[in-house]
Amino acid sequence: MNPRRIFAVFLRQFYLMRGNFPRFLTLFIWVVLDIILWGFMTRYLNSMVGHSYNFVPAILGAVLLWGFMNRVMMGVAMAFMEDCWARNFLNVFASPITIGEYVSGLVLSSIATSTIGLAIMLGLATLIFGLSVFSYGIMAFPFLLVLFMVGIALGVFATSIMLRFGPAAEWLVWPMPAVLSPFAGVFYPLSVLPHWMRSVAYILPPSYVFEGIRTIARGHAMAPDLLVRAIGLAIVYILLAVLFFMRTHRMVVHTGRLARYSAEGG
Amino acid sequence: MVLSVSSLRKSYEGKTAVDGVSFQVGAHEVVGLLGPNGAGKTTTISMILGVLSPGGGTIEIDGIDISVSRSDALARTNFAAVYAALPGNMTVMENLRVFGLMYDVQNLPQRIEELVDAFELAPFRHQRCGALSSGEQMRVNLAKAMLNSPRLLLLDEPTASLDPSAAREIRDKIRAFAAENESGVLWTSHNMYEVEAVCDRVLFMSHGKILLEGDPRTLPARHGKATLDDLFIAVAREPLTLGEI
Repeated sequence: MNPRRIFAVFLRQFYLMRGNFPRFLTLFIWVVLDIILWGFMTRYLNSMVGHSYNFVPAILGAVLLWGFMNRVMMGVAMAFMEDCWARNFLNVFASPITIGEYVSGLVLSSIATSTIGLAIMLGLATLIFGLSVFSYGIMAFPFLLVLFMVGIALGVFATSIMLRFGPAAEWLVWPMPAVLSPFAGVFYPLSVLPHWMRSVAYILPPSYVFEGIRTIARGHAMAPDLLVRAIGLAIVYILLAVLFFMRTHRMVVHTGRLARYSAEGG
Repeated sequence: MVLSVSSLRKSYEGKTAVDGVSFQVGAHEVVGLLGPNGAGKTTTISMILGVLSPGGGTIEIDGIDISVSRSDALARTNFAAVYAALPGNMTVMENLRVFGLMYDVQNLPQRIEELVDAFELAPFRHQRCGALSSGEQMRVNLAKAMLNSPRLLLLDEPTASLDPSAAREIRDKIRAFAAENESGVLWTSHNMYEVEAVCDRVLFMSHGKILLEGDPRTLPARHGKATLDDLFIAVAREPLTLGEI
């Protein structure tokens, strides 16, 4: 791995953000709207139930963490899409950069962009709606870690889909988090799901995080083995996503799709 | 040899695009890869650039087999093509910095300044590449292509969209690059006047094979044609009458 090549991929994203305010705005505009909407929703729900239950860590915290995972995923996917839209693949993949370096550069870009998004979400949720990240105790870090890893895995998977099916496949990428959210139990316990949906939820690491949030909000401790399972699953998904990307890259190099990619505008 | 291609093959969906092509490019040499559309030129270049895997055969850049050490081989090459513009949403300097890092160029700021001077890009330093004229964009592309002082420079129709004055300027710079460095150039073009002016040797491709090879100034007469243009047309229309080399 050559760190300068990894940095090149990151630097490209930095230049694009720096040179274009709307691009920079997209880093946080949607998450800000989500936090404001759900912040008032939780305030209303709290006023309904009095002091018997606090919806802020359970609902607003879940929105924040789900938003963070989406930002991580989109951080990877958007960095890739920029090369896609600029028809830059030939320039990039005909250079000495390796697949590992390119994916690492996408991940580095995503770390930067999702950290900005997380900081703004946290600031808003804390200052306006009184969410304290400390309400999850030390579990806040593994929760973020699991969602970060899943966001990376989803982002790499999404880029593989675009690499395989061409630029038009970005329309398959945007709804990915929305497809996962009913199974992940972001806003409700998994126990309300039908059996088949619960079976899917058990193999999704975010579902462990959101169950854990609700457990902590009720004043209980999360079982450590569930957290270990979530981290283990997230690692497996990252490995599978990277293998899928490498396999897809080999395939598009073999079939000539990569060489012709620039011509496949639609 | 800076490039050694041996028995290169590629088929797509049962159709043969490149059929057992072998050739070499030496240092200080500019070699023209010519042929009608669909002859297999761009497929050959794509395989040399590592963005298309060969169905058979080998490609060695500066003695390094691209199938064995892809990254090392590509670090010794670079390219500019009319269909591979640099991202138009970044400035000239930003593009050169990003690609300089990608090619792991040492003393990058100094190298960029040398190329900005050489290609007269100073007035456009902070302009987005997408806002430049075709000629200016091609100069930026060529500056990027020379960032790593490649042993092998691949140019796919680099003057296709340029006016005669800009095209001559580019040709002069490419000739100077090959003459002054231990590098070779593989050049595709449909402009036979340009090929005659620039190339030391040409390879005529048709239907995925190299039909003819030789000095562009003497090759037409050897095949009973008055000009390189006539020879090109013969290769395109009646390849069987010329025979394989």
